[in-house]
Amino acid sequence: MGWAIALHGGAGDIPHSLPPDRRLPREVGLRHCLDVGIAALKAHKHPLDVVELVVRELENYPHFNAGKGSVLTSSGTVEMEASIMDGKSKKCGAVSGLSTVVNAVSLARLVMEKTPHIYLGFHGAEAFAREQGVETADPSYFITPENIERLKQAQDANRVQIDYTQPVQKEAKDAAATIPNGDSQIGTVGCVAVDSEGNLASATSTGGLVNKMAGRIGDSPIIGAGTYANHLCAVSATGKGEAMIRGTVARDVAAVMEFKGLSLKEAAAYVIDQVPPGNAGLVAVSSTGEIATVFNTTGMFRACASEDGYSEVAIWDSPLK
Amino acid sequence: MGAWAIAVHGGAGVDPNLPKERQEEAKRLLTRCLDIGISALRSNLPAIDVVELVVRELETDPLFNSGRGSALTEKGTVEMEASIMDGPKRRCGAVSGLTTVKNPVSLARLVMEKSPHSYLAFSGAEEFAKKQGVEMVDNEYFITEDNVGMLKLAKEANSILFDYRIPAVGTCGAGAAMDSPLQMNGLPISVYAPETVGCVVVDKQGRCAAATSTGGLMNKMSGRIGDSPLIGSGTYASELCGVSCTGEGEAIIRSTLAREVSAVMEYKGLNLHEAVDYVIKNRLDEGKAGLIAVSKDGEVACGFNTTGMFRGCATEDGFMEVGVW
Repeated sequence: MGWAIALHGGAGDIPHSLPPDRRLPREVGLRHCLDVGIAALKAHKHPLDVVELVVRELENYPHFNAGKGSVLTSSGTVEMEASIMDGKSKKCGAVSGLSTVVNAVSLARLVMEKTPHIYLGFHGAEAFAREQGVETADPSYFITPENIERLKQAQDANRVQIDYTQPVQKEAKDAAATIPNGDSQIGTVGCVAVDSEGNLASATSTGGLVNKMAGRIGDSPIIGAGTYANHLCAVSATGKGEAMIRGTVARDVAAVMEFKGLSLKEAAAYVIDQVPPGNAGLVAVSSTGEIATVFNTTGMFRACASEDGYSEVAIWDSPLK
Repeated sequence: MGAWAIAVHGGAGVDPNLPKERQEEAKRLLTRCLDIGISALRSNLPAIDVVELVVRELETDPLFNSGRGSALTEKGTVEMEASIMDGPKRRCGAVSGLTTVKNPVSLARLVMEKSPHSYLAFSGAEEFAKKQGVEMVDNEYFITEDNVGMLKLAKEANSILFDYRIPAVGTCGAGAAMDSPLQMNGLPISVYAPETVGCVVVDKQGRCAAATSTGGLMNKMSGRIGDSPLIGSGTYASELCGVSCTGEGEAIIRSTLAREVSAVMEYKGLNLHEAVDYVIKNRLDEGKAGLIAVSKDGEVACGFNTTGMFRGCATEDGFMEVGVW
């Protein structure tokens, strides 16, 4: 039994035909973030620090739907949310409706550690961010051209798109000229980690759904839905927020392990199976160093590693290498 | 199956020194709400309609901490939140940060039924409310004199406490209100008074529903979201049961309390009463909270580890009870 870490960049209908210029930057990002996490665990950092560190990296990376690179609301703005949870103490922190905070996950941690509350949203969260002196940026910092295009596509198609749903094919033209087929959305990010003492932690961060209503909150900041950690396991989920909320996905993995005696992998599979197909994915680690990455979508951007030397970066069912 | 049951609550954690008239007032309100719910059930209204109806009544009455009569933020304003869940398909809706919507629980229901989302908050929620044409009022409508006084006490209590967990030794002219050593969320119980409201119902068809509504923590930071709008924490309903929780928000969230009741029924095969007992005994650690629950088989249960919980419950066979302790 040693340390283990798993992280994701979102689950969804990621087509196998995803062009290299869309796939490779994400692979690079996943590998880089995995390395950051591994180094931190090797340096004996507490899993809570590790997941925060890794999710910060994922937020800063513009190719994932969190922090910079967040998808846009129907008004063309960014509203970011995140949550973090410590397994042993079950202390947690969450934030929603952020528009200028560079690292939502770090603000969530500050809510957990510096306030008597668990969850702050919108103007109250922004005010708290300023009090705490966290790094902020102009709202335009978070907006990327790809996301402006995604919003336009979603509004043209007039529907709310979840991470990775393939867009309606309007023209079979040169895919490179517009956002290539299938890459309409990019996913939520998250990280779970366990150290050799069984300390567990989880964190999840996102810009939400493309073309969401202003003020819409998804599963990522909701303890028990997108994020959960206790003495048994740590879970970070991704997919259609509304399905994860009603399915209390992250919480149920631990519940099923505890009450039905399932292993981490069995529990993760069981829970994902309960969610309508095409809607969910998760990464999880257990107190004994097991890893589970399960999804009922076409793919899930993910990476994981454990102390015994195992490591994997993958998008679809088979690892990339 | 085939028997209805209903339970309502007005908060877990009651000041043992609460004046008798206040206790009687609370019991009258709970009774009235139960009667409204029972009437609706007898007219065959589905569970989801009944919980909304009853919680609307609780929000409109200024006595408890929801809608009118909500606790105040540190700024002296009101920010309300609520959630509602329909057991059969586990549809849900939630709202937070409302300042002008007269009945938050009804907006939560509209989020569930008229939006593609499950949870809307702050100005986005208010905009949605406008578009839906729900009744809207000035923020002042929700503020009561009682709560203005409570906020003052809460601020005084906090000025004594460096760490919000250090017990206050009653001083500083707050007088009799500070005599009780009981604390919740770091505040003396007389000031904390959670009084979140909620209702759970199972109708004759065995459908369960739950709804919870609140103004939140007295003297809370603006923007603070508690457990009441969080599905799985303050509210939950499934094919098996409907649950609404109240008490220390942090404790309820960390233990995903409402979901827990249903989970132990589903995964451990406990019945409703066993599940409620188990969860209250084993899931709260030092946290203080309470809950009401109904099962698809027409049972009703409540549990709390606080000193008292304002509650009422009734079943189709004529059983009815309203209590504080």
